[in-house]
Amino acid sequence: MCGIAGFVGPVPGDLSATVLLKRMIDAIGHRGPDEQGIHIDPGVGLAHARLSIIDLSSGQQPMANEDGSIWVTFNGEIFNYVELAERLRATGHRFRTHSDTEVIVHSYEQNQEQCVDDFNGDFAFAIWDSRRRRLVLARDRMGVRPVYYMQIGQTFAFASEVKALAAIPGVDLEIDPIALDQTFTFWSPIAPRTIFRGVSELPPGHMLTYQDGRIAVRRYWSLQYPKRGDAKPISESVAAEELHDLLVDATRLRLRADVPVGAYLSGGLDSSVTTALIRNYTKSHLRTFSVTFESSEFDESEYQQELVRALGTEHSSVLCTRDDIGRLLPQVIRHAERPILRTAPAPLMLLSQHVRENGFKVVMTGEGADEILAGYDIFKEAKIRRFWAGSPGSPMRPRLLRKLYPYLVGLQGQPQPYLEAFFRAGLDDPGNPFFSHLPRWRMTSRLKQLFSDDVRDAISDYNALEDLSGQLPAEFGQWGPLSQAQYLETSLLLPGYILSSQGDRMAMAHAVEGRFPFLDHRVVEYANMLPARLKLRGLREKHILRVAMSRHLPETIANRPKQPYRSPDAESFFGKAQPEYVREMLSEDAIRQTGLFDVPAVAKLVEKCEAGRASGFRDNMALVGVLSAQLLHMSMVGKAAQGARQVAHAAG
Amino acid sequence: MAESIEPAIRQFIAQNFMYREGIQSLRDNQSLLEQGLIDSTGVLELVFYLEKTFAITVGDDEVIPENLDSVQQISSYLRRKLTPASQVCVA
Repeated sequence: MCGIAGFVGPVPGDLSATVLLKRMIDAIGHRGPDEQGIHIDPGVGLAHARLSIIDLSSGQQPMANEDGSIWVTFNGEIFNYVELAERLRATGHRFRTHSDTEVIVHSYEQNQEQCVDDFNGDFAFAIWDSRRRRLVLARDRMGVRPVYYMQIGQTFAFASEVKALAAIPGVDLEIDPIALDQTFTFWSPIAPRTIFRGVSELPPGHMLTYQDGRIAVRRYWSLQYPKRGDAKPISESVAAEELHDLLVDATRLRLRADVPVGAYLSGGLDSSVTTALIRNYTKSHLRTFSVTFESSEFDESEYQQELVRALGTEHSSVLCTRDDIGRLLPQVIRHAERPILRTAPAPLMLLSQHVRENGFKVVMTGEGADEILAGYDIFKEAKIRRFWAGSPGSPMRPRLLRKLYPYLVGLQGQPQPYLEAFFRAGLDDPGNPFFSHLPRWRMTSRLKQLFSDDVRDAISDYNALEDLSGQLPAEFGQWGPLSQAQYLETSLLLPGYILSSQGDRMAMAHAVEGRFPFLDHRVVEYANMLPARLKLRGLREKHILRVAMSRHLPETIANRPKQPYRSPDAESFFGKAQPEYVREMLSEDAIRQTGLFDVPAVAKLVEKCEAGRASGFRDNMALVGVLSAQLLHMSMVGKAAQGARQVAHAAG
Repeated sequence: MAESIEPAIRQFIAQNFMYREGIQSLRDNQSLLEQGLIDSTGVLELVFYLEKTFAITVGDDEVIPENLDSVQQISSYLRRKLTPASQVCVA
């Protein structure tokens, strides 16, 4: 994969451009351990940390076009680079390398900003157009690769991760209370807002131009869905065939690498599909990886082993214990750079380390299927709740809710009226655009009880749901209910948590690149337009995917119900092996120091956890949310400023 | 014994379900569900507490809002369970 960084304008502080770029790129060196490069022109600097995957010998960056007037620093892959290079050569462009990177500069020469429309890939790149004196930043459609930016006086700076921006003199990170409110509602701030005041994230499917000291951001791609009742009439068998072919091609493109490609095999349907596709369409020896857990509540080894046998892969796994999670959380937060509400990213960091130790840099993985093909429980919940809303007094209808979670033993024991009370949120208003997500968002919002008075004052009467409502696309109201729910999940949770905190940041911590066939934009566009009944058939999720892939998979896997990926939460931080930082971070002193949370409220929560009484989603999310926010504050707020001041002082 | 039921219930709820507000802000007739103070796992914690503290057995069909959704309802429910008459077997 790689890391990118750079700036336009005067160099802040007393540093030279070279030293500044080196500092920035060193901060994200973990993303690109193989090589580093910088390019400096008057008033601009670009830097690159390389994880070499395509064109190992000559794909160095930053890279230029034939006459050096266009430079790029690029993180990601343009999977259809072979075809694009052919087309560009045919119109006279001369290539020096065999890299996908070079396609970007020539495409930009040809089409300027429109070049992104041709790219099938996962990318975040910066182009310096020296003739127009313009910087162009672009991010892929689904939010796989990150890019952040900020203005520091007269200087515009960008980087793959916030820690590279924090290395700039004069940058003093602070937590944005509104972003905290959004995180404790939607599980993530809404891009371009980030958890840090003044630091912006380029949203997925957007481009930014910086010219004459002005920032202009525009969207080049959006999620589109059919109007309610207007989905194209298509038979199940045709849809299955077309989806199958698209997935085959998406996988084929994503196998393009000059290093071996492995695969994650979680045991679930999605990674089974991606692995089976590799197995059936390539002669490559297939190496698969997974993470396992101590408790059967989380572990999926049985299914993993079944797939290993069926597909004949060479498999290895790494066990993630509660102690591992406890130990890893600080590192997880340093990489995720935002508060999280679940520990699920931690085992994935362990997994990417395992992949690296086994000599692999690239893994194929199944993210995206749940969003685009309606795999998540939230879609089924919404369907049942709509059915229930049709007859709200019915005692029978809500009983369907229990069928949703056969794997959650604790939930099966829950009394019906209390289960209903949770899912009842918003039942009286099925026309609400957020109908599908209200139970989750309301539950998460209860965590705001833990906010300090200062944070509450800063948030004042800000309303996250109203804010989001104003940001919905104009067509949202015309979409069918499943499409609306899918849009919310795909535009918020996917880039804001799944692809970032669980995906890119955890894999990049060990310089491993994930590749996602389900996020090929042609697959996404196709799936979005399918009628709801092919995605959620009754309560059978990802129906069309099962039909499309049944020829490649053992029946038990093709029919396997959804088991969401989860890991032990609060229990990982209490008990005999409690890591020292936990007590420190949750102490009264530390809570006072960050000023984010209410001292007595946190004390109550901690007491509950210490007594082993933290059950249920709320307490677990609260603990992980508070602990991760504390860790984030301690590692990135104040200290970063202190560090930069020290540097400036030494240089002066 | 009967007089100390409400304070004990209030204390338990404040300690376990109210991160922030104090006991004082909880009214006896306030619905715990509506206030978002209790959810489906929370009610099981409450049941466990009642069984342990008051030496009763709460039947599955008794875990309903009518019995458990406010300090007042919980106290009434407890008093019914603790009255000797309720322990008499019906022949």
